[in-house]
Amino acid sequence: MEKFVLRYFTLIRTIIAILIGVIVSVALIFLISREPGFSLRSFLLGPFLSRSRFSNMLETASPIIFCGLAISVAFHAKQFNIGAAGSLYLGAAVGTAFAVSTRMPAVFHIPLTLLVAGAAGAAWGFIPGILKARWKASELVSSLMLNYVAYYGGLYLINFHFRDKGAGYLVSHQLPQSAWLQQFMSGTRLHWGIVLAVVFAFLVYAFMYHTTTGYEIRMTGHNEHFARFGGINVLRIVVLSQVILGLLAGFGGMTEVMGIHRRFNWQMSPGYGWDGIVVAIIGRNHPLLIIAASFFLAYLRVGGQVLNLMSDVPWEMVTVIQSLIILLITAEAFLSQWRYRITVRQAERAGGAS
Amino acid sequence: MNPLLRSIFSAQFGYAVFRVMTPLLFPALGVAISHLAGTINIAMEGTMLVCAFVGVMVSAATGNLLVALAAGVAAGVAMGAILGYFHLKLKADIILAAIALNMFAAGSTIFFLFILAGDKGISSGLKSLVFPQVHIPLIKGIPVLGTTLSGHNVLTYGAILAVVLFYLLIFKTPLGLRIRAVGQNPDAAQSVGINVVRTRLQALMLSGFFGSLGGLYLSMGYVSWFARDMTAGRGWIAIAASTLGGHMPLGTFLASLLFGAVNALAIYLASLQIPSELIQMIPYVATVIALTVYSAQALRKKTRKLKAGEGLPGASRPPGEQAP
Repeated sequence: MEKFVLRYFTLIRTIIAILIGVIVSVALIFLISREPGFSLRSFLLGPFLSRSRFSNMLETASPIIFCGLAISVAFHAKQFNIGAAGSLYLGAAVGTAFAVSTRMPAVFHIPLTLLVAGAAGAAWGFIPGILKARWKASELVSSLMLNYVAYYGGLYLINFHFRDKGAGYLVSHQLPQSAWLQQFMSGTRLHWGIVLAVVFAFLVYAFMYHTTTGYEIRMTGHNEHFARFGGINVLRIVVLSQVILGLLAGFGGMTEVMGIHRRFNWQMSPGYGWDGIVVAIIGRNHPLLIIAASFFLAYLRVGGQVLNLMSDVPWEMVTVIQSLIILLITAEAFLSQWRYRITVRQAERAGGAS
Repeated sequence: MNPLLRSIFSAQFGYAVFRVMTPLLFPALGVAISHLAGTINIAMEGTMLVCAFVGVMVSAATGNLLVALAAGVAAGVAMGAILGYFHLKLKADIILAAIALNMFAAGSTIFFLFILAGDKGISSGLKSLVFPQVHIPLIKGIPVLGTTLSGHNVLTYGAILAVVLFYLLIFKTPLGLRIRAVGQNPDAAQSVGINVVRTRLQALMLSGFFGSLGGLYLSMGYVSWFARDMTAGRGWIAIAASTLGGHMPLGTFLASLLFGAVNALAIYLASLQIPSELIQMIPYVATVIALTVYSAQALRKKTRKLKAGEGLPGASRPPGEQAP
């Protein structure tokens, strides 16, 4: 048992943090709801009780998976680039501009549109990367600023050049059908984006854990000096990890446009960039755990919406719970006393045996 | 272009710049002080939101402006202390902890607004108070200058006073010296007996103090209610303003003024059908450039020092010389 705890300590700590979050939400519901039993049922079971809600959960998860993967690659290299939001927004805007102004069969249109969006995102990730590598400019601050530049740039592109003046509100022209990601379940908006997201999670997993470059990224994040002495071109890794971040975030934004809205309709930046950080933290930067974390986050969101709709508890409770879970997971010292005591006990036992 | 220029050089525009600047300058000072202590508080967005909410709620409940001010400031200092506790004591990464606090603020303010006031968007149903406007006796009479400088909210003048306060605190007090020492070289500071953890905690609490005034201004001066996500990214712009200003009092003030001017300009441009998006990009691009220039300078200084102390271990080639 003790060995098991030591071995899987981070995973156990994460699960305990999530459990505490769930317990607090149950307590909150009992405190404020007039029918706590019913509210609790809507919150915890609601997402599974209807087909549309269940598919809603999967739809919500797919851009979050992309952003989580994006962030995780940069976090692996210890690059605090929070520019996924900017790459996602600009990527989707540029991709939309490309899709509405070209005509070709779907076989080319879909991959090319995705590639254009990914390239725009990647270019956006390159800037903080090169500024950090060359001049040690904080990627945190520069990526944050570039989020705004991407937001205003994307808005300008759509509102002044690709705006559908026939629509009653500020949106781009509709994408030609050849650039649509098909929705494959009737009565829902579930589209191939979720499949793409999962495929990309496996690709990122293979890349991070089974290629030399992936190893170099992880080693650079682990110990930059050691990586440098080991002959890794750290500067290349710093840039590359952020380029990959931008690429994946660009894909994430574009699949959402191609699968659900079929036109660019974000007048505000959607919060997927932040969600990506959340699931990267909960999934501890592991691509496959990020899938699980994204479904968990999507489950909380949809559960919160059901709660909001059916009972007297506001869905913002979910945001509070989510922040609590993140705080506990990121707090390295949380539960570390426990691990310390086990380690000491084991050492004493080993000492007594010899 | 004529109507545009006319509106820019009008006294009303000058007034608007100060009005828009106030909720940027306070949190920018908060970011600056945390940066000087060697940490960075990116939880300004959340801090302001919580304080804006607390100010409105307490003023509506007590009807006393000073109590509301005290409660708002206490909330801000508490936010700084919580961030410090998680970062310094529980060893959480300060960036991630701050992101979590921002989420907490966005969720909890609406959560409690709904519980306490039964509304999820805006607190206008509550009778909350506002800070008074101040008309400066002598300046008020001067034609253009009077309109620009007089008649502002008391907190706008407070923000300018806060710049002076910040200067005095950082450069003229023992605490300021400790903060700068800890920020420049924590090991050296530790070796002369400065408690690094405590000093950083103090800096983060001061950071929360500055941020709280920005939040209070938003809900009790700029407008007279609390609304969902009413900080609208000002806490992030504060990081830009502080960076652009080199984290120094005068620089931060001027940078906030620039951001205020550009935001005020964007409001005018939108009414003139000119794409304001491109104008609004400018200060962010400027910040990225300034950040790069500062960083390059710091890097060059460090490299030169290393070269001067030849043979020191770790005096390896600087990162800038390697081709990426």
